Parts: sequence; C-alpha cells; structure tokens
Amino acid sequence: MTDTQLVIIGSGPAGYTAAVYAARANLSPVVIAGSVTAGGELMNTTDVENYPGFPAGVQGPELMESMREQAEKFGAEVIYDDVATLKLEPGAHQIETALGARYTAQAVILATGSAYRELNLPNEKKLSGHGVSWCATCDGFFFRNQHIAVVGGGDSALEEATFLTRFASKVTLIHRRQELRASQAMQDRAAADEKLEYLLDSEVTEIHGEDSLSGLTVRNTVSGETSELPVTGLFVAIGSDPRTSLFGDQLSLRSDGYLNVEGRTSKTAIEGVFAAGDVIDSVYRQAITAAGSGCSAALDAEHYLADLDAVTKQAEAVAAAEASQAPAPIAS
Amino acid sequence: MSTEVTDATFEETVLKSDKPVLVDFWAPWCGPCRMVSPIVDQIAEENTEKLNVVKVNTDENLETASKYGITSIPALYVFKDGEVAKTIIGARPKPALEDELSDFI
Ligand SMILES: Cc1cc2nc3c(=O)[nH]c(=O)nc-3n(C[C@H](O)[C@H](O)[C@H](O)COP(=O)(O)OP(=O)(O)OC[C@H]3O[C@@H](n4cnc5c(N)ncnc54)[C@H](O)[C@@H]3O)c2cc1C
Repeated sequence: MTDTQLVIIGSGPAGYTAAVYAARANLSPVVIAGSVTAGGELMNTTDVENYPGFPAGVQGPELMESMREQAEKFGAEVIYDDVATLKLEPGAHQIETALGARYTAQAVILATGSAYRELNLPNEKKLSGHGVSWCATCDGFFFRNQHIAVVGGGDSALEEATFLTRFASKVTLIHRRQELRASQAMQDRAAADEKLEYLLDSEVTEIHGEDSLSGLTVRNTVSGETSELPVTGLFVAIGSDPRTSLFGDQLSLRSDGYLNVEGRTSKTAIEGVFAAGDVIDSVYRQAITAAGSGCSAALDAEHYLADLDAVTKQAEAVAAAEASQAPAPIAS
Repeated sequence: MSTEVTDATFEETVLKSDKPVLVDFWAPWCGPCRMVSPIVDQIAEENTEKLNVVKVNTDENLETASKYGITSIPALYVFKDGEVAKTIIGARPKPALEDELSDFI
C-alpha cells in the first residue's frame, strides 16, 4: 500500500497536463496511465494540426510522449497499469490496479476519457480485426486498393473517410440521416475527394463474413429498402461514450452519461475527487480543451490539499495546546 | 528483446519451430503496438522455455502479413507445428494477454 497526496487516473492530454501542474506544485502525483492505452486517444492518430505551439503540426504519439516527459521532469510518477477498483472515501480514496498495486490518495483526478461506440451488430466482434475497425490511421494501410465503408456523419467519420481514400480504391460513407454533422471545413475537404461516395439516409443492418469481412447489408431509413454493399473494410466512427465504469455508481452522472462537475470547476460530488477532459465534456472534446481542464483539476486539487493541510495543522495545534494546558482528568 | 523475423526467415523461424512461436505483428506508425511491445517482451522473458517470441514489421514484410490476413495491428498470433493456434487482435493489458495465452505459457 502506498499513501499519496494525489493520484491521477488517465494519461491523455487531461491527465498529463494535471500531472505537470501538480508535480510543479510539489504534490508528487502518481499517474496511473493505463497499460496499453497510455497516452490516450491521440496515440491513435497521426497529424495533430490544431494544438497550439506546433505551427508545422505534430504527430499525436509524439505530442503525448512530450507531455509525459514534461510531467516526469517535475517529479510525477507514471505507472503503466490499469485501475481495477476505486473506492472513493474522503480523506483516503482507495485505488487498486489490475497488477495488484494499492494506493491511498487524499485527492484523485479522474481523466479517463471516452471509448468509441460499437454498432452492436452480430459479427461485429468476431470480424473486428478481420475487416472491421475503429482506427483508420492504425489499420487503413491494410486495405490498399479495396472498397471500404465508413459509418458515421461527424468530423471523425469524415476525417477517417478522407484519410482512407489514400489507400482504398473507393470509400463509401454511410450515414443515418441526410445531413452530416461534420463541420463545413471538413465537408468541403470531403467534397473535393473523388474516391469518396455517400450513402445517406442509410444504416448498416448486417455484417457478413466468415473469416474476414465480405460485405454489408444496408437499409435505407426512408424507404426501408435494403441493399448489399460488397466491402472488405468497415470503419466505425459513430462517436464515443465517457469511460465512467470505475466510478459511475459512486458519483452522479448527467443524463447523457458524462460525469457531473460543479459549474466551471472540476469538483465532483465527493470531497477531494476532481475530474477533467473528455469524461466530463460532451461538447468540445479536443486535446487542448482536455489539457485546459486538466490544469483546472490540478489547481482545484492543489487548493483542496492546501486547505486540508491547514485544517490538519490547526487541529494538531489545538490538540497540542489542549494537551499541554489540560488539567488532570477529573474522576466523576 | 525478441527477434525480428522477415518474409525470408518466417518459414524457418516460425513455421518449422519445435516450440510454439508467438508472433507480434507491428509497424512503426502504430501507437498501440508500442504499448504492447514491452508487455510482449516481458512475457517472452518469463516464458523462454515454453514459447519463442518474434516480431514481424508489417510495413517491410507485406507478404507474411497478407498471407495471414492481418488487417489490424497489433496482432499476436501463436503458431504451433506450422499452424495458427491462436489469434489476439488489439492491445491488451498484461494479465489479459497472459490469460489468453494460458494454453502456451
Ligand atoms: C482518431 C482521433 C483523432 C483526433 N484528433 C484530434 C486533433 O487533431 N486535435 C484535437 O484537439 N483533438 C483530437 N482528437 C480528440 C482528442 O484526442 C481528445 O479530445 C483527447 O485525447 C481527450 O483527452 P483526455 O485526456 O480527456 O482523454 P484520452 O486521451 O481519451 O485519455 C484517457 C486516458 O484514460 C486512461 N484510462 C481509462 N481508463 C483507465 C483505467 N481504468 N485505469 C487507468 N487509466 C485509464 C487511458 O489509458 C488514457 O490514458 C482526436 C481523437 C481521435 C480518436
């Protein structure tokens, strides 16, 4: 069992930024980074072009390595392990990892990000890694000169689709509605892409294939008609949900499933528990907003720990004064 | 560190091995591959008697990657007597990997 002042769960932009601030404030934070997901979502992308300070862009994994280095430089300890159980108890929150390490923490910052959504269709799991994927930059390379479908209508779906046209012979974007949710800039870029086709008002109802993906059944949501699409790759980009399973039963969640914090602060309903990044943000969900919110959480935790320290010192002083002045106990 | 195997050496090192061989298909641009790689190295070190562990860079060894239908990495394949005995797709924490590999380690 290791007793700490502050444990940060998560190592995306929110977790590492919180670690930089907390380490500089001498809180010796322990970052439980995740074993295979350390670095967070940006580990799965290539160019990040909108993170300030990098006029030429920066590779996602490189940016996250730099953040880790910066946090470690100031004394943060990064542990590559997953939190398995978390018991939020003011004063001494209990954390246990998958490899069996145990920590107590006076303050905790939750920065667990979000996890991609699945279509929830039969065969989706079985064919995952055999044609069905959630990461174009990871897997696009393997679909050279093949016909690929992308499901979704937001920025990330269009980003994946335009990225995949580098490799694919053709990319079909399948979206439930007529209008895309993606930003105009992204739609303009997509419109210029000759290998990209649209199947709007449409949803995937079946995924076909034994050992690998051979095609999809697609239903028109207006006419109800179905058709077959013979693709060998399917990329799912229908958004993500906040990762709250560790603490969802202990803290209040909003109706959309995101973790609730007080106003513009990072404070959750339990004393000494703070949250940052995509797990509390259903709106912006960017690396820079996650980083900013990690900073807020570290500052909130710092103030909380300073107050706790002051209260403890005061109580100790009072107890010491009482002990020195107290008359001998009177027998009653 | 475990050995790098290429299209040219795959048959000799993997398919003809007496011991089961765990093949870690990876590429330099794959973030999750970097995360599992040290875990695979640990498993290799802890099970040297039971299992050989090798790595195949899919960028440089397209023939092997496409022969085994790799479309997603990291992909961990166990070969036993020249046949695929187990496939694990995607990065997993060490306890989960050990669990999946329990027949071989
Ligand atoms: C493909 C892709 C491209 C993107 N491109 C851009 C871009 O160009 N610009 C931009 O601004 N944003 C981009 N984003 C969005 C950006 O990545 C996210 O907004 C940002 O990463 C959120 O940061 P976070 O720290 O809140 O969460 P994440 O980065 O998701 O990190 C979550 C962390 O929590 C950890 N974790 C979760 N559960 C546990 C557990 N039980 N124990 C221990 N650790 C745990 C994980 O290991 C991970 O480190 C992109 C996202 C994707 C998917």
